[in-house]
Amino acid sequence: MSEAFEILFQASFWVAAIRIATPLLFGTLGALLGERAGVLNLGIEGIFVAGAMTGWLAVYLGAPLWWGVAVAAASGAILGLLHAVLTVTLALSQHVAGLGITLLATAGSHFAYRLAFPTLTQPPRIEPFAPVGWAWLEAVPLLGPVLAQQTPLTFLAIGTALLLAFVLARTPLGLAIRALGDDPAAVESQGLSVAGLRFGCVVVGSALMAVGGAFLTMSAFNAFFFGMVSGRGWICIALTVFASWRPLKALAGALLFGAFDAWQLRLQTLAGGLVPSQVFLMVPYLLSIVALLLAARRADYPRALMKPWRRGER
Amino acid sequence: MIRLEPRAAAPAWLVLAAPLGALAAALLLATALLAAIGIAPGPALRLMVEGALGSPFALAETATRATPLLLTGLAAAIAFRARFWNIGGEGQLYLGALAAVAVGAGAIEGPPWLLVPLVLATGAAAGALGALLPALGKVGAGADEVVTTLLLNFVIALFVQMMLEGPMKDPMGLGWPQSPPLLDEASLPRLVERQRLHAGLLLGLGLALLLQLVVSRSVWGLGVRAVGHNPRAAAYAGLPVGRTTVLVAMLSGALAGLAGAGEVAGLKGYLTADLSPGYGYAGIVVAMLAGLSPLAVIPAAFLVAAVFVGADTMGRTLGISSYFADLVVALALLFVLVGGLSLRYRLRFGRAAA
Repeated sequence: MSEAFEILFQASFWVAAIRIATPLLFGTLGALLGERAGVLNLGIEGIFVAGAMTGWLAVYLGAPLWWGVAVAAASGAILGLLHAVLTVTLALSQHVAGLGITLLATAGSHFAYRLAFPTLTQPPRIEPFAPVGWAWLEAVPLLGPVLAQQTPLTFLAIGTALLLAFVLARTPLGLAIRALGDDPAAVESQGLSVAGLRFGCVVVGSALMAVGGAFLTMSAFNAFFFGMVSGRGWICIALTVFASWRPLKALAGALLFGAFDAWQLRLQTLAGGLVPSQVFLMVPYLLSIVALLLAARRADYPRALMKPWRRGER
Repeated sequence: MIRLEPRAAAPAWLVLAAPLGALAAALLLATALLAAIGIAPGPALRLMVEGALGSPFALAETATRATPLLLTGLAAAIAFRARFWNIGGEGQLYLGALAAVAVGAGAIEGPPWLLVPLVLATGAAAGALGALLPALGKVGAGADEVVTTLLLNFVIALFVQMMLEGPMKDPMGLGWPQSPPLLDEASLPRLVERQRLHAGLLLGLGLALLLQLVVSRSVWGLGVRAVGHNPRAAAYAGLPVGRTTVLVAMLSGALAGLAGAGEVAGLKGYLTADLSPGYGYAGIVVAMLAGLSPLAVIPAAFLVAAVFVGADTMGRTLGISSYFADLVVALALLFVLVGGLSLRYRLRFGRAAA
């Protein structure tokens, strides 16, 4: 039994935990940005798939890695634009529009992949992002060696969390975004465009989700597989509630989740055949459900979440 | 100047035209995509129509594919009416299939008049249980049921895998992760000889009619709509909002569970992890195309089934992946959502009457 806890003191365990947390952090930040502005984006699962596919494909076709990230972000932004048109401009059901975008982006990505590689069974590989390995970082005690093993996208995710926390808490733009989700009429009365700001938040949020997807194919793995996103988007939606729509809590929540997931992966090898592997694989999903059930009761949902806004209507 | 003007009621022709137009637009856009990658759209569309409707065999195949879609479509329609967003149809379908195998593969022996209803009822009960946790989570803790039902789909998929590799693995299955076959006495009869069409279709049609009566003629059915429309007003009017939500969720889960039990008992005969190519998710599209009307789920299920079967045939002939059908169905969902606007608003040209 003590072995199960010794794992927690291995550097390799924390390297894995942070690696698992990175795409979840991107996705949760993207989801909370949209929800803070009043728009739930259930397109997230499909946007992950689209980001994973397009970013990887761009690199496979010869683009530099960072261009691949840009391509993924652009594909997410386009899907976000579609979601914004449906939910902000046309004021349609955010639930159904989001699910539609997930179905569309997933089917589109799979279709495009099969079009590009009709018969391949072995997925083609790319040279993914390498760990940063900065010497000065390695020298930092405790955290240094763990962080130096991460790829640049992890640092981008952490930086985005810090930036988003600052923007939301300390800038006029952040104030407007927070007001959007609570009282859009107040934003309108300041002469700002509710629709314009919501468009911006949904598009930027969707781009972040897509970069989370790109992390999977360009950093965690080096190829695109069908079903590789496997619910990470939905986990992010649960994490958003768990993090009560705050970027820094999202960072903590994603890390906690990554630690649990890395732990169960190691326990799986430790349990070596005594317990079916599927039991361990269920853990992340069950954990998300439990987190949601615990957090939902005291969750302070943005008051205008899922409420469309029409100028002059109440 | 063009403006949108809310309208009280949509004309009947539009209620019919909006979803058909949405499906047509989805097909048109998807075939335009084919044209863009160098496949002539005319022959592709003709292959699709012939593949889905062109022969008695094709029609039977479409009806076979429509059977689970009828039930998952009803599952989504009834839940969405109460604004309970059950996206867990896929998982509930697998729970139903698993339960059907657990009961029907030799655990209990008996004549068909006993075993067939037992297998179907167990499947429905398992599906209902699968929807119970998200319903209680919503009513009790305010947890968004979209997320819980979606996450449970993954848990259930893993559970099914575990059972098929463990306790429910067929010892005669040559090592494949599949369940033992259902007894003949537990299987649904075929409707047409030498075709795959089975009695599950009649079950789906009957349930669609029954649910139509329930939602339009019964007090409970009207209460479901009221709970969905405005829970606070419904509570004020004395309706048991929480209980209605839980019951609707369980009814929805039971319908999806029946779809799974029907696929095992009527079509496949045993359970594998790839029993459903996403029938649970496609059921949402069926329900939306049907405007959440149980009766309209019947034509909607056949249309979506025709897209799947037609795209399969076209894909095999022209070498296009079967994801094409998923693309059409996803586009249809988005178009029907936009098309629904035409039912609530009308375009007015000219100045607003002050």
